[in-house]
Amino acid sequence: MTESEPVEAFLNALLAMDRVAAKRTLGGPSATDARLDVVERLVVPSLERIGDLWERGEVSLSQVYISGRMCEEMVDAILPPSDPARVDQPPMAIAVLDDYHLLGKRMVYSVLRASGYELKDYGTVDGDSLVSRVVRDNIVVLMISVLMLPSALHIKKVREALDRAGCRPFILVGGAPFRFDTELWREVGADAMAATAAESVAVVRELIDHLPKEYRS
Amino acid sequence: MSTRPMTSLERVLTTLGHREPDRVPLFLLLTMHGAQELGLSIETYFSRPESVVEGQLRLRRKYRNDCFYTFFYASVETEAWGGDVLYTDDGPPNAGRPVIRAAEQIRTLEPPRVADAPCLVKVLEATSGLKAAGGGETPIIGVVISPFSVPVMQMGFEPYLNLMFEQPELFEHLMRLNESFCIEWANAQLAAGATAICYFDPVSSSTIVSPEHFRRTGFQVAKRTLAGIKGPVAMHFASGRCMPIMDDLPDTGAAVVGVSMLDDLAALKQRVAGKMSLLGNLNGVEMRRWTAAQAEEQVRAAIGAAGHGGGFILSDNHGEIPYQVREDTLLAISEAVHRWGTYPLDVSGERASFPRPKTPRS
Repeated sequence: MTESEPVEAFLNALLAMDRVAAKRTLGGPSATDARLDVVERLVVPSLERIGDLWERGEVSLSQVYISGRMCEEMVDAILPPSDPARVDQPPMAIAVLDDYHLLGKRMVYSVLRASGYELKDYGTVDGDSLVSRVVRDNIVVLMISVLMLPSALHIKKVREALDRAGCRPFILVGGAPFRFDTELWREVGADAMAATAAESVAVVRELIDHLPKEYRS
Repeated sequence: MSTRPMTSLERVLTTLGHREPDRVPLFLLLTMHGAQELGLSIETYFSRPESVVEGQLRLRRKYRNDCFYTFFYASVETEAWGGDVLYTDDGPPNAGRPVIRAAEQIRTLEPPRVADAPCLVKVLEATSGLKAAGGGETPIIGVVISPFSVPVMQMGFEPYLNLMFEQPELFEHLMRLNESFCIEWANAQLAAGATAICYFDPVSSSTIVSPEHFRRTGFQVAKRTLAGIKGPVAMHFASGRCMPIMDDLPDTGAAVVGVSMLDDLAALKQRVAGKMSLLGNLNGVEMRRWTAAQAEEQVRAAIGAAGHGGGFILSDNHGEIPYQVREDTLLAISEAVHRWGTYPLDVSGERASFPRPKTPRS
């Protein structure tokens, strides 16, 4: 079996929404190192591939959502949230600004957790409560999901309020307005955008790799 | 020989007949800009049907638009189902907390009656007001949200996807309730004077569900619903992709399809020429920062891709132009349609595009 074959098998199981086949590919109980290895070797690349396929219009959002949920459940089973083998990381949080459409946030949350990260889920918040929570929780990486353009534009006010509070988290944004205007994230004062849930994992991973040790938990 | 310009209605009907009118019709799908014209807040503007009538009349005059658009906001439908509407100063009123908090509620849910819903009656009053003011020369475009897509607002996107994939019986029951409401709502708008109905169905797009899933679900819903609507229908995917399902769409009964800038407009045109007309596909979000020259280039390119032979209406790709898009940009778009959209066309089929940065986007 070549190195890419298990990824293909796992990917196909996810896209077919076949939980049994996905679990079979992921394998049974094993040592901690091996479990983390499975996440890195199978789960993360598969979710990245699915994100790329969605961006190219070759799979649907519902497949991205279901595959993210399936991976989150499977990874929770082999690496519980309290497991020290989960990724060494700084405090992170995710929120939806001014909107009750939570799917985008849910997908990013699932894919990050399926990749071994832990993050606070603030749900739907307005700008003021988001700022106060970020300051209170010393958040280092803040992910903001939006559905509509006005909410995206309100991120600028969040950034300004955080600046006034002396708080400078890395802000990663995502959602439809950013996909349709790829310059918008700069305009609102974000540090990066992710076009897909899987891309947010790549951004977070790269960021954490370059963070000084004292920022990690 | 008389060279009287066509009326907007004549222009639109000619292009929908897959023939070339005097120029490409322009549907600037403006909603909140009417409030700007009248100096009103968005909430006040939509609270008074007479304001919407006046706003639409002014917008048509200013931008030489080829339609009136009686779309207030998407959540007007969930408002009728008992939901909340959240107003902001700078964007479309949004749906509040879902009205269906648990899937089991679907079993006892009853659709609202249009006549009993004040928010819908306002839309009907605006429609009949525009019908009276427009003299029949300008098409009035009414709007419904498809039975397959409205559950995103009724119950939230995630619970809806879970329902769709895990509780097929309840899903089907909800579709039947929504179809009944949607048909009544569309026909009430037609009776009030709407010329055609725009059926917004983003969940059916290949961006949201796979083509195979669409054929089992949203496609069947659309066929049943459109069969009950007593007027012409445009199926609109609100920025979602539709290329993979394009061959299925004529069977829904829709005459027009609203297409995304994510799809190749020239390829779409080639695929459905003579069978369906295309509506689209300017990028409304990006439009906010277009210069006049960029606006002209985008219009010219879209017309070059899809204008030949008729069967094309220039519009944005989402079905609503953001409140932040400036007047001078809209004027530049209108001017460009008059310059480049006059038949016979003098544009090539190449599509303008801004460079799209690849990752990393930081």
